Amino acid sequence: MKDFILPNDRDLGTPAREGAPVTLTIDGFDVTVPEGTSVMRAAAEAGLQIPKLCATDSVEAFGSCRLCVVEIEGRRGTPASCTTPVAPGMIVRTQSAKVKKIRKGVMELYISDHPLDCLTCAANGDCELQDMAGVVGLRDVRYTPGQNHFEQRAATGANPQYIPKDDSNPYFSYDPAKCIVCSRCVRACEEVQGTFALTIEGRGFDSRVSAGGPKDDFLTSDCVSCGACVAACPTATLQEKSVIELGTPERSVITTCAYCGVGCSFKAELNGDELVRMTPYKHGKANRGHSCVKGRFAYGYASHSDRILNPLIRDKITDPWQEVSWEEAMRFAADRLRGLQDTYGKKSIGVITSSRCTNEETYLVQKLTRSVFGNNNTDTCARVCHSPTGYGLGQTFGTSAGTQDFDSVEHSDVVLVIGANPTDGHPVFASRLKKRLRAGAKLIVVDPRRIDLVKSAHVAAAHHLPLRPGTNVAVVSAMAHVIVTEGLMDEAFIRERCDWDEFTEYAAFISDPRHSPEATALLTGVPAEDLRAAARLFATGGNGAIYYGLGVTEHSQGSTTVMGIANLAMLTGNIGRKGVGVNPLRGQNNVQGSCDMGSFPHELPGYRHVKNADVRAIFETLWGTEIDPEPGLRIPNMLDAAVAGTFKGLYCQGEDILQSDPDTHHVQAGLAAMECVIVHDLFLNETANYAHVFLPGSTFLEKDGTFTNAERRINRVRKVMAPRNGYADWEVTQLLANAMGAGWHYTHPAQIMDEIAATTPSFANVSYDLLEERGSVQWPCNDASPDGTPLMHVDGFVRGKGRFIVTEYIATDERTGPRFPLLLTTGRILSQYNVGAQTRRTANVVWHDEDVLEIHPNDAELRGIEDGAWVKLASRAGDTSLRAKITDRVSPGVVYTTFHHPDTQANVITTDFSDWATNCPEYKVTAVQVGLSNGPTAWQREYAAQATQSRRIVPAAE
Amino acid sequence: MSPEKLIRMANQIAQFFHTQPGTDQADRVAAHLRDFWDPSMRAALKAYAADGGQGLDQLVFEALPQL
Ligand code: SF4
Ligand code: SF4
Ligand code: SF4
Ligand code: FES
Repeated sequence: MKDFILPNDRDLGTPAREGAPVTLTIDGFDVTVPEGTSVMRAAAEAGLQIPKLCATDSVEAFGSCRLCVVEIEGRRGTPASCTTPVAPGMIVRTQSAKVKKIRKGVMELYISDHPLDCLTCAANGDCELQDMAGVVGLRDVRYTPGQNHFEQRAATGANPQYIPKDDSNPYFSYDPAKCIVCSRCVRACEEVQGTFALTIEGRGFDSRVSAGGPKDDFLTSDCVSCGACVAACPTATLQEKSVIELGTPERSVITTCAYCGVGCSFKAELNGDELVRMTPYKHGKANRGHSCVKGRFAYGYASHSDRILNPLIRDKITDPWQEVSWEEAMRFAADRLRGLQDTYGKKSIGVITSSRCTNEETYLVQKLTRSVFGNNNTDTCARVCHSPTGYGLGQTFGTSAGTQDFDSVEHSDVVLVIGANPTDGHPVFASRLKKRLRAGAKLIVVDPRRIDLVKSAHVAAAHHLPLRPGTNVAVVSAMAHVIVTEGLMDEAFIRERCDWDEFTEYAAFISDPRHSPEATALLTGVPAEDLRAAARLFATGGNGAIYYGLGVTEHSQGSTTVMGIANLAMLTGNIGRKGVGVNPLRGQNNVQGSCDMGSFPHELPGYRHVKNADVRAIFETLWGTEIDPEPGLRIPNMLDAAVAGTFKGLYCQGEDILQSDPDTHHVQAGLAAMECVIVHDLFLNETANYAHVFLPGSTFLEKDGTFTNAERRINRVRKVMAPRNGYADWEVTQLLANAMGAGWHYTHPAQIMDEIAATTPSFANVSYDLLEERGSVQWPCNDASPDGTPLMHVDGFVRGKGRFIVTEYIATDERTGPRFPLLLTTGRILSQYNVGAQTRRTANVVWHDEDVLEIHPNDAELRGIEDGAWVKLASRAGDTSLRAKITDRVSPGVVYTTFHHPDTQANVITTDFSDWATNCPEYKVTAVQVGLSNGPTAWQREYAAQATQSRRIVPAAE
Repeated sequence: MSPEKLIRMANQIAQFFHTQPGTDQADRVAAHLRDFWDPSMRAALKAYAADGGQGLDQLVFEALPQL
């Protein structure tokens, strides 16, 4: 049971402080803590738990319950230890007769207004009120029954103080009868999450916790269901419904969220192999104890009845599926793939590795192509999201990764967010960012939409530059123009760290008036004065950090924009220390890892081109097979080749390219033209409608491995239950490889990590033992940096001198015109994840059960569209229909939707245009027309019919 | 792959390198194609160019001998 770690995450009462050491004496013990620490925390660090109710170390102390009183020599009265900072030489007594009496009195008061149904309460055994009653030795309650908040009926009729339970949130309930009004939840919502959904209404005996306004419940309030309040609540008032249903968990295992690229650490809490709840792990270095609704609550898909647990095969995609044994499925798949290679050549088959699976699994899938198929036809969904990041940052800095850790944002003074929507896409990072913004950092948002960050509770952007989709390069270049022509650059940094000749060429280029904000304003739609002000702020406001997302990469000039961003950071000297840097926000959990692991057709693990014989030799020696020195096909190229009849077989692990990739018609045509499509997934996803073999996958709860998040942090994923399908995904890949004659013998993913470390210099010192010891580590982790690398490019760029690259704006070929006068841009929302295969199978659908089209009131009026009306959305690629939502979050001329639901298939609209360097599709700009419609289009109906037909399963004969 | 797509992709690369300073733009287009395009795509591009290569950027033509 080596994998099961018992976390030491005791509540120390108040948050940690940084400062000079201060020594004091508590109950006769000397304790040394940083200046500013509370007496309560100092005592806890010395192992002395002072009773407390309203304090918890995730939020600032409030000092309302008075249970934590202590005596301090030379001070009058009994100060609250949670709000009293330590002082040198202080002498504290935590258990004097006086404080013990006060505490008993406090507890007696609390208990007199609390139901005594402990034995049947969901928090029984996990309740701090219960614990404190025990600790202070409360034996009887002298108050006679009277006014209270918990009895439904009073002597004279209904109890006016009684508020019934609020069960509106699907994941947790609020039972006001049990509330002790400690306000921990309110502070958690403010300080940790930054949503400010909760308040304490009323005063004194009448004070109650309230979500939103008087008419709201939790669901209709601003609450985003992050669960921070639930974690902070000391009683059963805010309680996970899963605990109410299943009981309190007995054991916990540290693991990593399998949703977004933030990579939050969680405690999976279980009884036996039954998962009771997921709680964010305080020592997780990406999330520092916080979470969002997806990781915290949306894990129900793992036990959803739609999961396929037995392998399926069929001859033709028009046949129903046949349930077969693993052996038969592997034989069938291996024979078909080998047969295709015999008929159409070695290069006629390939793989798509998953950005959701572990590093170890991804590594094996690319090894399967390179070593068993004998070609380089491997790609990953990072192709369609962050491949321009790899190219752009590789060219300018020399590494394909973000430069900072998430903690870095605590030191930023100006944050530039471009084409990212962190409150929806990367919620825990957004909470950390908002905390910094509330502390005074400035924010610049570059986005066509008025995303939530632009204005939300206690946070407002200093500048929002609402650019026209597709003009990123022009905007970023105009900012650089302002910085260079106004002399705001950091010349010392540039001279020391960058190639000066390249800089002078770049400076001459960017100083040309055609890049000025005034010259580009008409094109970009961004007022020149705003842009100038934003550029000045970024250049002169202190530590400047850039965070960007797919709104940057998914364009025909995605790579150019990434280079432009790198230029901005170099110009202003914002690289190589805390609080600065260039930070791509990764979409899926392991996008970074899948890129690191050699998923791209031109790169072996560690971003080394296949053309390099010395790199190939490392793997050839170990694998005993020859590696093709030529790059293989990228996903769009595979589909093109399939349509052309030269690409015939695909093993697709944990991706749903039919829904997630652009230009659905083209993807359909490509898949339909293949003779062997193997889908390895949890569910019969959309791609599986075109598959001949379905291999059931395992969830992140059912296997060991590692994910690498957006900060290059390698986090452990731990198996908390046996795979329901029988095999972890790495075992499935190994079965397939062996059916094709590979002869692999891995018995644990740790061995795969050892192989990665042995072949890949940036992973050289990574091992499961190290991860066990450190919790996590950021690559590069090798002899040069044995502790890993939280900040990159500290003393110099990885490539040597930083390279300025000229970034000329080149308009995309995708243009609006009379037929398609609007621009569609796409994105996602908080409660759903990617194609929604997982989140649609959880209660998260209460927040988003269909994709809607956001349209500006002017554009809607022009077309006679009312809020909620069915509209048809059409581009030159295809059409679909969905409901309209009228909002001025989008500018006139721009419409927006998400792609979480296959019934809408937003990607039937997107085109096959792509980034010039990487073929990353141009999801973010499509010329469209919108008009009223009366329901699903003919295509949607056909699609639904085909999907139903394709999902028929004939069970195996017993 | 349809010739239009091939032309568009090749021309996009050429367009970028047109904007870059120096005199080695054609070499850089060629290097990019060698590094990122699978040989069958390069062959298709060459075949199309040999056929007249209508619509291809001049820089693509200049790069072809190095493929
Ligand atoms: S779940 Fe999160 S957002 Fe909702 S009230 Fe609690 S802390 Fe606030
Ligand atoms: S709901 Fe819980 S955390 Fe909030 S005030 Fe009541 S007891 Fe405290
Ligand atoms: S989805 Fe992202 S932010 Fe939310 S819990 Fe998972 S890793 Fe954290
Ligand atoms: S814990 Fe200190 S006053 Fe409540």
